[in-house]
Amino acid sequence: MAKPRAQAKRVGMEVSIAVSHAVRLARAEGIAAYPITPQTHIVEYLSSLVANGELEAEFMNVESEHSAISACIGMSAAGARTYTATSSQGLALMHEILFIASAMRFPIVMTVANRALSAPLSIWNDHSDIMAARDIGWIQVFVENGQEAFDHSIMAFRIAEHPQVLLPIVVNLDGFILSHVVEALEFVDRETVDKFLPPYKPRHRLDPRRPVTMGAFAMPEIYTEVKMAHQVALSEAYERILAIWQEWGELTGRYYRPVEHYRTEGAKVLFLTMGSLSEVAEVAVDDLREAGEEVGLLKLRLWRPFPFAALREAVDGAELVIVCDRALSPGGPGGPVHSEVRSALYPLAQRPQTLGYIIGLGGRDVSPATFKEILVSARQELQKGPSQEFYLFGVRGA
Amino acid sequence: MTKPLEQTTWQEIEIGGILTKPGSAREYDVGTWRSQHPVWTKSRCIKCGVCWTTCPEGGISEQPDGYFDMNNYCKGCGICAKECVTGCITMVPEEE
Amino acid sequence: MEKFGYAQSTKFDTFASRLLPREEYFVGGHRSCQGCGEALAVRWVCKAIGKDAVIAHATGCMEIVSSGMPQTAWMHPWIHVAFENTAAVAAGLEAGYKILARKGKLEGKPPKVVAMGGDGGTSDIGLQALSGALERGHNFTYVCWDNEAYMNTGIQRSSSTPYGAMTTTSPPGKLSIGQSTWKKNMVAIAVAHGIPYVATASPAYLFDLYFKIRKAVETPGPAYVHVLCVCPTGWRSPTELSVRLARLATETAVFPLYEVVNGHYRLTVEVPKLRPVRDYLRLQGRFRHLRDKEIDFIQRQTLANYELLLKKCQAPFPEFVPLAHEEGKEVE
Repeated sequence: MAKPRAQAKRVGMEVSIAVSHAVRLARAEGIAAYPITPQTHIVEYLSSLVANGELEAEFMNVESEHSAISACIGMSAAGARTYTATSSQGLALMHEILFIASAMRFPIVMTVANRALSAPLSIWNDHSDIMAARDIGWIQVFVENGQEAFDHSIMAFRIAEHPQVLLPIVVNLDGFILSHVVEALEFVDRETVDKFLPPYKPRHRLDPRRPVTMGAFAMPEIYTEVKMAHQVALSEAYERILAIWQEWGELTGRYYRPVEHYRTEGAKVLFLTMGSLSEVAEVAVDDLREAGEEVGLLKLRLWRPFPFAALREAVDGAELVIVCDRALSPGGPGGPVHSEVRSALYPLAQRPQTLGYIIGLGGRDVSPATFKEILVSARQELQKGPSQEFYLFGVRGA
Repeated sequence: MTKPLEQTTWQEIEIGGILTKPGSAREYDVGTWRSQHPVWTKSRCIKCGVCWTTCPEGGISEQPDGYFDMNNYCKGCGICAKECVTGCITMVPEEE
Repeated sequence: MEKFGYAQSTKFDTFASRLLPREEYFVGGHRSCQGCGEALAVRWVCKAIGKDAVIAHATGCMEIVSSGMPQTAWMHPWIHVAFENTAAVAAGLEAGYKILARKGKLEGKPPKVVAMGGDGGTSDIGLQALSGALERGHNFTYVCWDNEAYMNTGIQRSSSTPYGAMTTTSPPGKLSIGQSTWKKNMVAIAVAHGIPYVATASPAYLFDLYFKIRKAVETPGPAYVHVLCVCPTGWRSPTELSVRLARLATETAVFPLYEVVNGHYRLTVEVPKLRPVRDYLRLQGRFRHLRDKEIDFIQRQTLANYELLLKKCQAPFPEFVPLAHEEGKEVE
């Protein structure tokens, strides 16, 4: 018999505000953030929650994103539950410190409202900001709607602070497309969150009664071993993430998986998307199915640690996987997600073809029609043999 | 004694590379660096303690009789001899 | 003590070296060069901040010599993150302890938060983070180890390198006299943020340094202490002169010792008769290439700066108006 669902309250609110409420419910204690479009509503609302005493926290108005993540490390080292948010250039400015935060095992939670990187300057959505940060050693998830943004923002603290994980985590949500839209979502009440998310218990903190040295340097003899420990922690986090998602599912009825399947039964062709693009792709898949096409959709939710087994299992039986990236790696494989998917499938004895399409850069609108056009293009390319390493789809002048 | 780096496995490293033994630098033998060391002429020493304060290493310690003497952290820089109020410290080359 | 104007402490009647605290908080076995003036400064500052303190340290000489895995020279809780963000990390620590204390999750009082960085990590790459932390008014102390160049990476110039000094990126040559700019005035920058306590200090004047650090950590709000650290390796001076040179720096007015309390300047070590800067410069190989022309300029500029400092010390008005609701008594 299914467990009774937690008390649910359905509201319509801007996703940024929902994320702020999630951070409030999670009882974040230290927040250091610098405003950048389109993350601004999150930090503004959090700042007013603190100002009104609705969130008992220290809110630091730092003077740059580099200082934001640095201050988060300080707050986490003191032993506080820590949160920040950023986008695009801000994430790029944090870059140096992001590697340090994860290697030093601080369970910081960060929302990235994904936005294109300059140049040219663009405040609109794509995934180039986070794709440039694949190697930072953080846990990384993507959400596709407001409900997921709310749910994963709360779960993020539980995952990051898990005693065998203790790694920082990024929750990616598409800038403007998600951050600035009003969506209907179910809140989870304070009592349920408190039971789900106990107070943070650091393994080590800076405490004069138990002095430790954090951030020592490593000679060549030992650097590899320290990195190995980090790699193992990140890949072993996989099972713990799944267990926590399972627990959330039992509490709320919303279950999450590292690779989500949409109408994949008997599909010969699979699209693969991340973030809010997935909901657009779902509409396209519905239309195509109605027209008799055997197509389905894979939605990659867990980006790091990469879900190798779940992905390989998901493509079983398909002949073609069309990966739709929302970022460009110039001069290289083109789409970061496509290159990782293709590489993950390479060892399989039986594996589908893969093609990489790049869409939606700099906030360019993607409609269900785009996916249908991509399907046509993909079939043509396969028939005559792929003419390019990747396809920057819809570019004028091609 | 902390395990030598070249023998440490990744499992043995504390999370985040954190060092949990404050002051473990004491295990490192910097005494081999010096090519000279201070010698006190006790008859002229007034036990003021200035030599002890000016040593960057903490390489001078008070003895039970109240005079000061070097310990193995001395790197032989010679500051103590220079700063000594009565000039009772001489720097003497290390014997081979 | 009155006559010498040392930073005052009313807690003691006798000032004797041997009576200073014996417990070492920056222990031997660290790997600084022989005669390192910075290590000497660190040794005493760590004693002065007391046991109930945590340290955030920038990348630099002291961080490298003291924290190579698997050993550490620090007895305090200590964190190193990167080069330019020490003030931000310290600010985060302060905020973290604050919220934990407010939520009743901290045993005892929050520890003192002390940020430490070299002149590189403070006046150049770290200036933004420092400015932000000072402006936000965190309750912490920032100590700058000024050895006047990026020493750890091989003696490259910083904005704290004195005029005419040889460094590897400001080498003297046919077209150059070495560093061509005057040392950046970090004390003035700190004072401009309106913080309650700013001071210069030197390990050659140990009691002055010791009490200034105590004052800095006890002062509520931000405090900044700028410490002159002689580097025999980078300054090309004999290892045994590291304290003597620091003393000369003050005796020639190159590095005067003073404090700024709520915007009021006060000289803490008076030098009745200044010595010529030449006495200081000629003991250092990094100034060996200077001709009379440059030395005369340095002498004139040093005196002019010192005269201005003396005027500030006599000024009946402070550099800024302390915030009325935060005005408090000077910490003894």
